[in-house]
Amino acid sequence: MTVADTRTSPRATAISGWTLIWVAAVACVAILYMLPGIAPWAAKYPSDAVIPIADWISAFMVWLKTNFTWLTRGITDIFNVPLQWAISLFAKGWKFGYGPDALVLPRLSWIGVCTAFALAGYAFGGIRLAALAAGCMIYIALFGQWDSAMLTLALIAISVPLCVVFGLLIGILAFRKPWIDRAIIQPMLDLMQTMPTFAYLIPMLLLFGNSPVSGMLATAIFAMPPMVRSTVLALKRVPHEIDDFGEMVGCTQRQKLLKVLLPSGRPTLMVGVNQVIMLALNMVILSSMIGAGGLGYDVLLALRALKIGQGMEAGLAIVALAIVLDRLSQAAARQRPTAHMPDQTFLQRYPMLTAAMAVLAVTTLMSHFVPAFASVPGAIKMSTAPWWKAVVDWVNIHFFDAIEAFRTFLLLYILNPMRDFLVGFPWLGMVFLVGLAGYRLSGPRLAAIVVVMTAFCAATGLWEKSMATLYLCGVSALVAALFGIALGIAASRSDRFAAFLMPICDTLQTLPSFCFIIPVVMLFRVGDVTAMIATVLFAIVPAIRYTNHGIRQIPENLIEAATVSGCTPRQMFWRVQLPLALPEIMLGLNQTVLLALSMVIICAMIGTRDLGQEVFIALAKADAGRGLTAGFAIAFIGIVADRLLRASTDRLQSRLGLV
Amino acid sequence: MNNQAPLRDEMNAVADDRPVKLRCKDVWKVFGAGAEKFLASREGVATSESLAEAKLVGAVRHASLEVKRGEIFIVMGLSGSGKSTLVRCLSRLIEPTWGSVELDGMDLLKAKPDELIEIRRHRMGMVFQHFALLPHLTVLENIAFPLSVQGVDRKSREERARKVIELVGLSGREQFYPRELSGGQQQRVGIARSLAVEPEIWFLDEPFSALDPLIRREMQTELVRLQSVLKKTIIFITHDFDEAIRLADRIAIMKDGEIIQTGTPEELVLHPATDYVAEFTRDVQRSKVMSAARLMRPVTPSADYGGTVQATDKISTFSARIVGCRKSFLVTAPDGKPLGEVTPDAVIDLLADRDPLREARV
Repeated sequence: MTVADTRTSPRATAISGWTLIWVAAVACVAILYMLPGIAPWAAKYPSDAVIPIADWISAFMVWLKTNFTWLTRGITDIFNVPLQWAISLFAKGWKFGYGPDALVLPRLSWIGVCTAFALAGYAFGGIRLAALAAGCMIYIALFGQWDSAMLTLALIAISVPLCVVFGLLIGILAFRKPWIDRAIIQPMLDLMQTMPTFAYLIPMLLLFGNSPVSGMLATAIFAMPPMVRSTVLALKRVPHEIDDFGEMVGCTQRQKLLKVLLPSGRPTLMVGVNQVIMLALNMVILSSMIGAGGLGYDVLLALRALKIGQGMEAGLAIVALAIVLDRLSQAAARQRPTAHMPDQTFLQRYPMLTAAMAVLAVTTLMSHFVPAFASVPGAIKMSTAPWWKAVVDWVNIHFFDAIEAFRTFLLLYILNPMRDFLVGFPWLGMVFLVGLAGYRLSGPRLAAIVVVMTAFCAATGLWEKSMATLYLCGVSALVAALFGIALGIAASRSDRFAAFLMPICDTLQTLPSFCFIIPVVMLFRVGDVTAMIATVLFAIVPAIRYTNHGIRQIPENLIEAATVSGCTPRQMFWRVQLPLALPEIMLGLNQTVLLALSMVIICAMIGTRDLGQEVFIALAKADAGRGLTAGFAIAFIGIVADRLLRASTDRLQSRLGLV
Repeated sequence: MNNQAPLRDEMNAVADDRPVKLRCKDVWKVFGAGAEKFLASREGVATSESLAEAKLVGAVRHASLEVKRGEIFIVMGLSGSGKSTLVRCLSRLIEPTWGSVELDGMDLLKAKPDELIEIRRHRMGMVFQHFALLPHLTVLENIAFPLSVQGVDRKSREERARKVIELVGLSGREQFYPRELSGGQQQRVGIARSLAVEPEIWFLDEPFSALDPLIRREMQTELVRLQSVLKKTIIFITHDFDEAIRLADRIAIMKDGEIIQTGTPEELVLHPATDYVAEFTRDVQRSKVMSAARLMRPVTPSADYGGTVQATDKISTFSARIVGCRKSFLVTAPDGKPLGEVTPDAVIDLLADRDPLREARV
């Protein structure tokens, strides 16, 4: 609120009242912070009052395990069938019988797969997409990542349909029964998306055994929310008239859903499928790091052994696979049927599909006889590892001092003071301030939610680690927001810059989170600075995108009106564009914070000391209680941040009359 | 004049002859908590004040109308007047809060869900303002869709679809997708689709409002042509009074959820019930809505007539001729019986907006 506002607004007294309340609250907390001696129980959560939630969860898991093993193992066996089938098809080949008599059927030939991807690219997006798809797949093949990539692809090929089907069903349920949606599905989705995947990987491993099935189910949980959300959105967005039309031709409920609503919402549904694919890839890479095998595992091995070249190469293979899957699924989503002649044969209608199947069949058959078809021949394999290593060495030799100085500066003057400030923050003071903000922004309901969630972090004895997470996440989100908003503003003012920046944003958003860590580790080694830079890179995109979009979507007539009133460019920006774009920018910030949080947790793999580390320790010890408690703490931090930001966005929007 | 009264009765009798297809009586659609109880407690009688007091919003208020078989009945009103809601109450897309709707004397509001599905499948068709075509189906599949919902086999439903495609003049476009067609063509598909099941009653919800003026005119002509072949019972919504006048047998004018007047275009123009209706009709060219019968005077014995017109012919259809030849025209009943005559002066007065009726009415 500006001064002018408070003077003219009829709520003037209320606002000045709130200012007083805020000043008093902050002063109280500051006193508590300075003099923790006056109420030690409020500054540091008493250790004898810690609620043993972790133990309860562990006990519950033990009970589940002893009583429901028959069920979980049964589920494992059922899911294992298609999973093994896909792994055989893409990666390992089939083997029937044992010993020398065994009948061995080859996997799909790499030449065939590359050709099939190229044909799919051609069918969906013409020659350019075909070249991109073929190029990426050939890169993976020639640089020796084929086996891992195909294992990853097999896991995706099974997880994605699973996610899509369940996501659709849950989305339909949510659409039909709004109260179930509000009471159960929405909170579950929020939790699924904010909870770090590793946290729920632990109970999965306990229940479903150390098999790819656990990884697959964890993937399904992680990747499903966008499908549910886009299903609900797609169904809600179907024009009212089309809904009426379905009624008027006398559709039954089922006919209306299957024949009218779902097909009409296809474009939105396909956006959901694209997101499911990308999230599934992200998750498969992450879970492969804990032993499921596949692309991520190679990266981790190389990084641990400080084989920078190999790490980079395997990382680029992930990038290549991500780009191929993203572009192909996006192009497929944009596909619209076009006029065709009746009485066409299958071949005439789907020439590319037929060709791809034929090529796959022929090359796979050939690979039975010609080894070069079965696996990439060593003679044509390449490696850029030495080259990458040379580049990094060169950078390190020539810029070591500069990089080190930068790193030390960040640590000493920004990161460590921030960290100390937050870790020492009295827990009750934080709970109080957060609750007050919630009450001010929305009301007692929000205040209660955020208070309970914040208090959870303290009551489970995870306060210091929660604050460490908050610090890293907060700093990274802040930096990402500063740079992101600046870049977004620049992009909104120049079409050329936007045309340059947007493809970069697209690619950044496509990449699995782990890819961001690799190059940064090479330059800054492990630690908080690396985590921060990787997190900023990962979380910056929404800030850029929403700022750009927010400014560009301001109605032309408002800009014209401002111009006619004689605004200078500076006035135009500060008084018209920025205020009107603010709600949209806030939405971007919200996403940036959530992305930063998820990335900070993953960064525990490179040695940060926060809740993420707690989860990884629990994972190593297979301690479900400890892992899930830390997971809930992380999720609650995310949800508190999300709710507060969303509430302030809503306030802004209603003040501007946008809702 | 004495001989006019029986004539008007005779004409009305011709119209009234047709049986009532759809009758709605005292229909209310009220939004807000406890709306049903509120109306039930007062047996469907309420004023706008009492509604406001109960914090209810009346989208449709005690609307009653009767649509005759084969009639083009137009519901006209500006946006927010409740015309769309009323028509959706008639087809039960929206459940009326109070009142009765009868289709061929059967109470539609008592129909069970599966009966309603049957009625909609076989007896109702609807055309929408924004076409509501299914984007993933071709023209042919879109038109055959209502039949496929009924479970008609592919061969016979496509055969039927091709017939209606020909009827609306879209032959050759069967395999196109909606987005590949122009707005006018898309609405032809919408019309064909609603006709595929051979409905008895045909709802058209502002079917031409989303089209350009030129295309709109073309489609209106097309509708008149189709109706001359099909003779459906049509309920047509529009906010365009000119369109209403052009197409209607009868018009119901709605304002704030109420039907304020129902009548033929001629009646509305000549005897507007309220200032609101008069406001609409003021700029209407009277020659387009008035029939010869309204303007005629008794036959002058042994007069020399320049031509002969039917009593129901609109003045505009012969105004140029009668003014050109400067002789009176003979007005006859459909069976050829002379009823009266129309003078060129009367027509000129009408065209010049001098009230010629005073003379005719005396």
